[in-house]
Amino acid sequence: MSLAIPDRDWYKAPAGAEKLWIGLALLWCFVMSVMMPYWHFRGKQNSRGEAYAVQPASFLERTEKFAAANKVGERNGIPIVEPAPGGDAYLIGRMWSWFPILKLRQGETYRLHLSALDLQHGFSLQPLNMNFQVLPGYDHVLTITPTSKGEFTIVCNEFCGIGHDKMIGKILVE
Amino acid sequence: MSSATLPAPAAPVLPDAATGFRRCDTTGLSVCLAAQKFIKLNAVAAVVFLLVGGIAAILLALTRWQAVHLLPVDWFYRILTLHGLNMLIFWILFFEVAVLYFACTIPLKAQLYSKKVAWVSFAMMLTGALMVNTVILQGRADVLLTSYLPLLADSKFYLGIILVAVGTLIGVYNFFATLYFAKRNRTYEGSMPLVTFGATAAAIIAVVTLLHGAIVMIPTFAYSMGWIGQPDPMWYRMIWWGLGHQSQQVNVCAMVAIWYLIANLSTGAKPVNETVCRGAFVLYILFINLASAHHLLVDPGVGSAWKIWNTSYAMYLAVLASMIHGFTVPASVEMAMREKGYMKGLFGWVTSAPWRNPAFAGFVLSLMIFGFIGGITGVTLGTQQINIIAHNTLRITGHFHATVVGGTSLAFMAVTYYVIPLIFRRDFIWRGAARLQPWLFGGGILLVSLGMSFAGSLGVPRRDYDIENAGIFGPAAHLFLGVMGIGAITAVVGLLLFVVLCVGTILFGEKNNGRAMADWGTAKAMVGSREGSLAHDHWAMKGTMALTGVFLACFAVYYFANWKALADVWPVR
Repeated sequence: MSLAIPDRDWYKAPAGAEKLWIGLALLWCFVMSVMMPYWHFRGKQNSRGEAYAVQPASFLERTEKFAAANKVGERNGIPIVEPAPGGDAYLIGRMWSWFPILKLRQGETYRLHLSALDLQHGFSLQPLNMNFQVLPGYDHVLTITPTSKGEFTIVCNEFCGIGHDKMIGKILVE
Repeated sequence: MSSATLPAPAAPVLPDAATGFRRCDTTGLSVCLAAQKFIKLNAVAAVVFLLVGGIAAILLALTRWQAVHLLPVDWFYRILTLHGLNMLIFWILFFEVAVLYFACTIPLKAQLYSKKVAWVSFAMMLTGALMVNTVILQGRADVLLTSYLPLLADSKFYLGIILVAVGTLIGVYNFFATLYFAKRNRTYEGSMPLVTFGATAAAIIAVVTLLHGAIVMIPTFAYSMGWIGQPDPMWYRMIWWGLGHQSQQVNVCAMVAIWYLIANLSTGAKPVNETVCRGAFVLYILFINLASAHHLLVDPGVGSAWKIWNTSYAMYLAVLASMIHGFTVPASVEMAMREKGYMKGLFGWVTSAPWRNPAFAGFVLSLMIFGFIGGITGVTLGTQQINIIAHNTLRITGHFHATVVGGTSLAFMAVTYYVIPLIFRRDFIWRGAARLQPWLFGGGILLVSLGMSFAGSLGVPRRDYDIENAGIFGPAAHLFLGVMGIGAITAVVGLLLFVVLCVGTILFGEKNNGRAMADWGTAKAMVGSREGSLAHDHWAMKGTMALTGVFLACFAVYYFANWKALADVWPVR
């Protein structure tokens, strides 16, 4: 019994159904382990964590420069910014807004730079449900290719204080 | 008084106080009185914090259920912080210290190493926990459980957590010292029992976990005092999860040890193969510490190779351990039942099992919810790339309410149906209500977990006061949040019932000194059956084979369905 001292000769190799199950479980673990490197090379969605150290002030400066140079419109006082296809796009998360609104083209690939100015934030692109962490001090680069058109909403999904639930941004894809 | 009136002093029966032990009237085991006292103290503290966490839980669920939306915004995050710390840290750590004190003394006929050390541990943990709760309720630590930098709480918040962690470490030290002296004084011969072995695995992981806690919390405390600059937020995340995730593996070990214990107490089950069960616990110790990487899969600054290596836990060897226990625990029950004569069909042993025993029902529900929901979702969401469509959504919360609440908390509640009669020596009041309690709590948590998981699949974020501001979540998301709300009400009713049953029994339950505890229902052997009759039949656990086959099929379907869902989102690298 599990509460009693086991017999002296308790060491026995697994046998029968137990041995079969350990084999099956090990095989399944192996399949799952192989799936990740396989997807890394053959799949299209990966999180490589490409990142560079950056001071919040200098990221803000870069983003403002980018927004001024590529502004194509404005909504509720926030600029709508269209980066060059294949080029860099910048997005700031701060208490409690995303800046600017990005306008992207379907099928083009962008290097999207994400960083935070104050606290940690969560970049959650809906309704696709793609989620990435945004940290102050880190320029997190996603090489991303929009494959569907429409208006997408960025929800902050890392707690960042009292206005957290109101931190909503937009990405437009044409 | 003349000597003639005194009874002859032949073979004096020493009072309990003189030996430090009493003989258990139900199991015949020697119970160390010092251990008994600290099991009681820690278990009572645990239940008090469970109550605090449970009250917080219902307030939170009724706020996130948008149709009710109970709390104001500042109190939502405050209560969320309170809920996380009381449930995940205080309730579970106090109960685990009680489990450790049990496992190192009673099965080994050993004396607890030191009452003084146990007092110091308990006092530090209690002081720390009260400090943390006070600071939270004063509104000076609205930082949630993870307290991610640069969010900053009052320094007493970190100091309280450090006190709880160090107090727990001191309790763990008492556990190891007890084991050492039991071995040295030969209170038992041979290998330690499986339950003690499982608890030892939990204690070893706890040491590693709490050291991570010290590494991350001490600099954060120093920063909050203004003594040093701000630690790097990414460094904080990595080390914090060395505490946050690993502490959940302490729970897993303690829970699995309790599964073996209850299986044994209610059906007489014993491990089919001790080597396999113990080997699985060793796998936990060796490989679980890499699992904290699960929380950093969509983080900047950590590369693919690091993420993949750590996520695969060196080829999922800790997952293998859980899958092994998922087989050996039901197999041990099935073999015990079949040897008692319940041979009918694949599942005759299931229908004849002692379901009226709340400990047994709670243990089986814990096993099923932990395995089928918690385990499958956990491994899948913790897959490097699949995490992109899950990170920080309610899917994560749905996962860990199945593991920590449906699994660990329910197992802890289940074992309490034996702890109170055997350690507090009082039989339960309201036995009918007690039989219902695991079903209420388990059923409620199942709904909570499913509601959260489905809402999270639709993108609903965790830790979010109001999803209406996003303007994109439709009726389906609201329906699932409603399911979560109804589940939470059911589970909290189950939790309150549990607290009332425990407190009521400790105060008013009938004393069972001098007799066996009132039986909750144990599997009886049929006439003509013989224990050990199937000892050499390694294929007799046919029902378990069917169950685990279904489990593996569910796992594979869910796992590959998630890869398919991932393939449908925008390419990103």
